[in-house]
Formats: sequence, structure tokens, C-alpha cells
Amino acid sequence: MTDRPLLDVENLTVRFAVRRGGVFGRKQFLDAVDGVSFALARGETLAIVGESGSGKTTTALAVARLVAAHSGRVELDGADILGLEGEALRQVRRKVQFIFQDPYSSLNPRQRAEDVVREPLLSLTDMPRDEQQKVIDELFVQVGLRPEQKRLFPHQFSGGQRQRIGIARALATRPELIICDEPVSALDVAVQAQILNLLRRLQKEFGLTYLFISHDLGVVQHMCDSIAVMYMGRIVEHGPRLSLFNNPLHPYTAALLSAVPSVDKARRAATRRILIPGDPPDPVNLPPGCRFANRCPVAQPQCREAEPELRTVAGGQRVACHLVKEDGTAPL
Amino acid sequence: MTEALLKVENLRIELTTRAGVAPVIDNLSFELGHGENISFVGESGCGKSMTALAIMGLLPEGVGRVASGRILFEGEDLTAASDSRLRDIRGNEISMIFQEPMTSLNPVYTVGEQIAEVLRAHQGLSARAARDMAADLLDAVRIPNARARAGDYPFQMSGGQRQRVMIAMALACRPKILIADEPTTALDVTVQAQIFDLLRDLRRDTGTSIILITHDMGAVAEMAERMIVMYAGRNAEIGPVEQIIDHPRHPYTKGLISCVPHIMATLTEDRPDLTEVPGIVPGLREFGQDRCLFASRCAYRTEQCLRQRPPAMAFDNGQLADCWHAETL
Repeated sequence: MTDRPLLDVENLTVRFAVRRGGVFGRKQFLDAVDGVSFALARGETLAIVGESGSGKTTTALAVARLVAAHSGRVELDGADILGLEGEALRQVRRKVQFIFQDPYSSLNPRQRAEDVVREPLLSLTDMPRDEQQKVIDELFVQVGLRPEQKRLFPHQFSGGQRQRIGIARALATRPELIICDEPVSALDVAVQAQILNLLRRLQKEFGLTYLFISHDLGVVQHMCDSIAVMYMGRIVEHGPRLSLFNNPLHPYTAALLSAVPSVDKARRAATRRILIPGDPPDPVNLPPGCRFANRCPVAQPQCREAEPELRTVAGGQRVACHLVKEDGTAPL
Repeated sequence: MTEALLKVENLRIELTTRAGVAPVIDNLSFELGHGENISFVGESGCGKSMTALAIMGLLPEGVGRVASGRILFEGEDLTAASDSRLRDIRGNEISMIFQEPMTSLNPVYTVGEQIAEVLRAHQGLSARAARDMAADLLDAVRIPNARARAGDYPFQMSGGQRQRVMIAMALACRPKILIADEPTTALDVTVQAQIFDLLRDLRRDTGTSIILITHDMGAVAEMAERMIVMYAGRNAEIGPVEQIIDHPRHPYTKGLISCVPHIMATLTEDRPDLTEVPGIVPGLREFGQDRCLFASRCAYRTEQCLRQRPPAMAFDNGQLADCWHAETL
């Protein structure tokens, strides 16, 4: 079957235990990711956007089996990977790799660049030494580093070059899915463009699938085929790039988009700023109803009573808001 | 014509490093009018923050110094002012908010005490009057329930609230100039929009001039009337924001605008590759050489660029670009 998605996440929940009031405080639970479902087709890019604390990075970590999920399913190519251990998990790790946000702290300062890239080959494959070297040589060319730079240590590289090493490392085991967690937010603007272009070229070349975590909506609209917006651990809206950006349905998505400063005069003239005052609610003691209701400019009494389900409306967008009509008309 | 509030003339700042003396600011001139908002743009290491520190008289002691040029604030040369006079001006006339609201506040004092300290030191208010005024200021930067929140420690506040506290502190003495050094880089985009709204309102209500340091062209377009694009310690381009965005005259400005994927009024299926500015900002060792320092990354480079530093080319519309090819661009 070819139309099966590469990644299918169903009802994923990640729960952390927190103690309030010191060591003897009551143990409470915080669902950083709360019943998140999405699918990602092979060769496509899905962005998860949201503000700090929305659970986007935790979702990515759970998909990569880097934090333990509390419940739900994460299917890679049709097989659930959440229960895997030992050799089976090692096989999956070859297929799912991670590019980290901070190119300074995500490379071992005592390893030479080529050894950083070799690491996943050593721990995840049984590739013979001479073949490893061939793979590393090729990777350095593909990410735009010079062969003589293989022997250098991370501190001898600039931020953009370090991120290239991180990308080479993620590509080493020929993965199918690469999770990019804010891959350019630590870089200078001019260097960001270099890395974004590289990521797009590699995706075309190797048919890669990206799960792209970012808070920069400009970058997201450039890189992604579809976008999931998270708020307080839940997906509030999920849709294809053009419909989500040109016709946001959820009030939070609309507010988020309206807050992005733009160089485009036409867009500045057309955008009405939607204010969302206040702070998100306490994630341990969530209020009943919609989590966004206390900041939502159009909230109705029903929003404070029942939590809206994520449902598909006309046009194919998924949205969790009582006030969006079935025909896909936004309340704002 | 009225005299500019702040006038920087041919400023040169030298930094002593192990490799020798490097001009981190090299022949920079600009003016800031009353109630104007000007923006400094450029990558890290281009001298934006150093310019701000020079205006504040806060250059790293023993390492950085003003080698030549003048910084005239209401006609008074700050580079020649005594330490005590500078201390008077800082906070009272010119104040600054920093990039990191987490690390710029003292963790062991309440935010109310920290704001009150400014008022006691600069305005000689009594402890009680300063405390009252601190609460009023927190209210002015729209922290809800200000009187109670004044007793909070920085860790009890969110990033956006801490930045509001920083702004309250900077505005405590109603300064004439507020320097905001990347005030929103650590913040979420909706919080950034709120901080920008706040700065805009404060400027309208108090007439404070603002110098905004940023690398985000979108923020510049929303906030400032004029911008200065800096590269490797030098002016690359200066002029009115709208004009520069419509028609940049320096290849670096052009690169900065087109290398970022912007959200446009209507998005289409079409997503061409981003225009890259190859390479990175040169190291301090190369600063001050008699050539165009951007040449190594520039697509328009000619023989001349490598031989001689480009002079400022002036255009009728007020744009000024330091590039040999500014006219043909």
C-alpha cells in the first residue's frame, strides 16, 4: 500500500509528575502532550508550531522515543514503535533521526567532526570501518563541508557549519524521518537561509520526511506542506499550508499569525492585530472547557463548559473550536 | 531646523584584543530626532550593541575606548563627559533595556525594590514614594494587579512580564532616549507583539525617542521610521525604512531582506529557494582594512571593492549607502 502515511500518531499523551509545595507536596500530573493525533505522508514536511510550553518539542521527543509516552500510538510505516525495546528499538532509531536546536551544545566538544558523524553508524549499524569512512566522506560533500574539515573539533566551526555537522550526523544512517527541532533559531539570519536551502535540497535528493518544530511562522510557511498549531498540549488547528495561512480558522491561529511583524506593506495594511491578553492557564489545574477561552476574544459561555474536539470541517482543515462552522467559516 | 536630540559624528571605537587593536565601530555617523524611532539592523558581530554601549558610556573598561569622533546629546559631548556626569545621564536621560530579561534582573530582590532603587538613586525619592511610584510604573507597563506584583521576585514572572519590568525600570525617570537591544528575541511572537505595542504607546504618550536594535526586518518595518544597516562595524546603509525595503542600495541590505522567508499578504504554491548570503561576518582581525569588508560575500564584487573602502553614496531621497555599486543596484 502506498498511501499509508510514514508516521501516524494517535492520541499521544506525555505525562510528567510534578510536586507542588516542596518535597512533601502533593504529587500532581501535567500532560505536556494531551491526546495529540496527526499523520505525515512520506516525502512531506509537517510543522508543529506553538509558543513555548505548548508541548511541541515534547511531542517530537516522544515520537523519537527520547521521552516516554504515557499512552497512545506512534506508528512508523504501520508498526507501533512505542513498545519496542532492545534490537527492535535500535532498528527504529536508524529510521528516525533528530536535528537539534542548539548547534553549540548538541555536538561533543571532544570529538572530531568526522567522529561526531560516525557515532550513529557505530551505535546503530554494523557497518565495516572502511564503508563508514566512505559514507562520512559523502556526507561531508552533501552538507557542504570541505574534506579537510573532518579532522577539526566543533569549536573550530561557526554556528552554521556546526549545524551542517548535526545534519550530516542525522543523515548518516539513511533515516526516513528526520525531526528538526528549531534547526535554525540559534543562527544568524543570513546563515538561516543557507541551512534552510540545504534542508530542502536534501529532502528532494533523499526523499526525506521532516517533522519540523518551529515558532518562526515565516520559516514554517517556507518549509512545510502542512502545519499543526499546538496550544497547551493540544492541537488546536491542523491543515495544509495555504489554507492555514490564508484562512486560519481557530482564533489562536489567527492571533498568532497577526502577531508576526511583516516587511510586506500590503500585508501590514491588511492585517488586523488580534490581541490575546493574559497568560495561558495553569497546566496542572486546567479549567473546564476550551484551554484558550480565557484569552480568546470571541469566547462564548459554551467555550468555558465543554472542551472542543478536534474535527474536520469543509476544506479539510482540522480545528478544535466550538465556534468554527461546519462549512469552514472562522469566528474571527 | 531644530537641533537633533542625539548626534553621533565619525565615531570610532577600538577594542584591544590579543591580536591587536580592532576598530569595532569604524567612522559611524547618524542623528536621532526628538520622538523618533531609529533601528539598527545587522548580524551578530556587526557592532550594533557596541554602538549602544558607547552611547550609554558603558564600553567594557580597559578593553574598549572611543578613539575618535563625538557623541553629542543635546549638544553635550558624551565622550568627554566625566564619570559622574555620565552616571547622571544614564537612567535619567538615556536608558537601556537588554536582550535577556532573565539575566538582567537581580534574582534576590523583588521587582518593586529594583525599580524603586532607580528612583531613589536618580531622583532622590524617599523609600515610600519610590515604592509607590514603582507600583504605578508596573501598572503603566500593563502588569495586572501591579501593587501586589511589585512584591514578586523575577522568577515568579513570565518572560514577557520580566521584559515589562525592565521597560518600567528604564522608563522610571522619563528618559529622552530609550535604547532597546533586541528586546524581544527571547520572547514568543504574541508577547513580542504586546511589547512592541507597549513601546509604541509609551513613545506616543511620553515623546521618548527609541533606538531599536534587532535583526528582524519585519520588526523594523513595524516600529521604525529610519534604519541603519551595519556591517563589520561600518555603516552599510542608512535611510527611511519604507524606501530601503522597497529599494535597498547596498547588497548586504538586499541580502538581509531577501534571505528571510517572509509571510506575504497572499501566499502562493510558489516557494523558490531563499537567496543566500554566503559565508559569515568577518572576524575582528579584518575590521578596519581599506576595502569593502562585505566584498567576500557579495555577488556584485569588482576589483575596486577589494582595493578601496567605498565612500558613502548619497541619494536624493535621503538614502546613504556605502557601496561602490550603489547607483546601479
